[in-house]
Amino acid sequence: MNEERRLIYHYLRHDKKFPHVWCPGCGNGIVLGSLIRTVHALGLSKDEVVLVSGIGCAGRLPVYVDFNTLHTTHGRALTFATGIKLAKPHLKVIVIMGDGDATAIGGNHLIHAARRNVDLTAIIVNNNIYGMTGGQSSPTTPHGLRASTSPYGHAEHAFDIARLVEAAGASLVARGTIYHVNLLDKLFQRAMEKVGFAVVEVISHCPTHFGKLNFLGDAVESMRWMAEHAVAVERAKKMRPEELQGKFRIGVLVDRDMPDYQSEYEKVRKRAMEGVPYRIDPQEISKMLESHQIY
Amino acid sequence: MGGEEERRPKLIQGNEACAEGAIAAGCRFYAGYPITPSSEIAEVLSYRLPAVGGTFIQMEDEIASLGAVIGASLAGVKAMTATSGPGFSLMQEHIGFACMAEVPCVIVNVMRGGPSTGLPTSPSQGDVQQARWGTHGDHPIIALTPWSVRECFELTVRAFNLSEKYRTPVILLMDEVVGHMRENVVLPDPSSLEIFDRVKPSVPPEWYIPYEDTSFGVPPMAPFGEGYRYHVTGLTHDVRGFPTLREDEIEPFMARLFRKIWSHLDDIQTWDTFQMEDAEICIVAYGSVARAAKRAVLEAREKGKKVGLVRLITIWPFCRRAIEEALKGCKVFVVPEMNMGQISREVKRVVRGRGEVLTVSKALGRLLTPNEILEPILEESR
Repeated sequence: MNEERRLIYHYLRHDKKFPHVWCPGCGNGIVLGSLIRTVHALGLSKDEVVLVSGIGCAGRLPVYVDFNTLHTTHGRALTFATGIKLAKPHLKVIVIMGDGDATAIGGNHLIHAARRNVDLTAIIVNNNIYGMTGGQSSPTTPHGLRASTSPYGHAEHAFDIARLVEAAGASLVARGTIYHVNLLDKLFQRAMEKVGFAVVEVISHCPTHFGKLNFLGDAVESMRWMAEHAVAVERAKKMRPEELQGKFRIGVLVDRDMPDYQSEYEKVRKRAMEGVPYRIDPQEISKMLESHQIY
Repeated sequence: MGGEEERRPKLIQGNEACAEGAIAAGCRFYAGYPITPSSEIAEVLSYRLPAVGGTFIQMEDEIASLGAVIGASLAGVKAMTATSGPGFSLMQEHIGFACMAEVPCVIVNVMRGGPSTGLPTSPSQGDVQQARWGTHGDHPIIALTPWSVRECFELTVRAFNLSEKYRTPVILLMDEVVGHMRENVVLPDPSSLEIFDRVKPSVPPEWYIPYEDTSFGVPPMAPFGEGYRYHVTGLTHDVRGFPTLREDEIEPFMARLFRKIWSHLDDIQTWDTFQMEDAEICIVAYGSVARAAKRAVLEAREKGKKVGLVRLITIWPFCRRAIEEALKGCKVFVVPEMNMGQISREVKRVVRGRGEVLTVSKALGRLLTPNEILEPILEESR
């Protein structure tokens, strides 16, 4: 075994009955590999990592790895993760979701976890479709394309996950693909190091359903498409808008320092423990109102 | 709490007593979403929990609330949420998860009139069967119903104890009357309370089998982050927690899930009786309605009718034995409820034709009166 395989082997659960559930060509294995390398690179112990998932193909990811793993309900992974993180702040809580999981049924939880800025790492594997249930359209299915529930072309418009969570208040927003694996390792690392809500959208594919329904070819072909259409953020800055037409940016899209929920709540605890009524002087109130920015 | 000051009678609400009971039981995490008539529980805990080093968080909805509660419990912290009918409907998904993954937690439902938005915020007992069967799939459940402010405190403590002992969600079914009613009470001294904490594994991590059967039926529970790495899922799982579709693994799992509750009914089920010694007519009541029922017993006795009261405290699993014992002397049962007859079905199921079951079923958004309960009794013996 080479070093890479030995590393992955060390983190997998061997008492879990392999083979895994994913189709040939699926991107989830690449995401899992990247995740393991990142945890290893950061020197995190298996005991302090909690890997939480929702339902769907990506939701099956935690069962294979030797961390504290929690496979929750559809769309709700972030709510469980919030409870774990607030109860035991020293744990490194990583949440893995699919696009339907995170942005349809879990859309409300996603924006509120971002707004609260809970110190979590959220990985959203976006393959533009519901894979496990047979290729139905998701909130990221592009307009006009086909899905098993959009046989005449998808009538809706897609979410841009990165912009959604940026607007909702995430501290770090990044986008990678399953083709750019070295970059993905770095993005995962940045996200896990970030204090606050950090989101990595991973552009993936579903050759079984989305690829087949939309004549996108096999896994290799769709990864070639990713290679041709992804533009590093640094390079995108130097490109004209017309050059960026039809392309998407990868890299760290947003990185801002904001107090996370845990540290804010620590202040609440301190005030409560002191037992004196919380009073704000009127000048402070107007300052707080001014810093509450809306357009 | 503590000290002489605290041992003096206080005029407090059922909801406040519930919140104090939670603190006394060791609850250090609350996640909830505002809804009357349960809001005071959240308000009191938002004030009290951070002061004892705990966490209060207001979530985006009730689904998220119970999700966060389960997460906190898995991390080893006693956790609860409180809601009312519409929120309770949303929580059903995660009540099922807590049953399946065997995560201790307490869900308080201060019942108001339904269905849907219903009668905010008038009393009801309309969620009794929902507490039993609201989440999909076969599962046992424990639910308790207090009838007084003091009992709101006591049963909240008991709800935590049962949930920790049996690794199961426990539902505290209050109603609007009990939740908002104020009584002058002396709450028990927290140091005098019996508090049960979940059993942690005593074996080294490499020997730990998270869902292994035990003679008690409840496997020890390791909190996340203490070296016992294992898998928790809402999928039907084997003893290691891994998803399974194998019949030989599904069967023992389902059997244990039920056995851990059904084989400990003596510990779980409690009920109270009033003037049942010589009773010929038995009123079966619970929650605030039992207060009116007690009055009805006294008034019936004044009229020379031998009436007694069985007050259900544990409402699920249904106290079959309470009815069986009453059947020794009673041939007539009267079941008054602030719903269209949800517990009378259970009474009929146990009585099985060995007596007559009369119902006083009114879902009008108000408490039943003693007279309404007396009516069928007086008619019966005419």
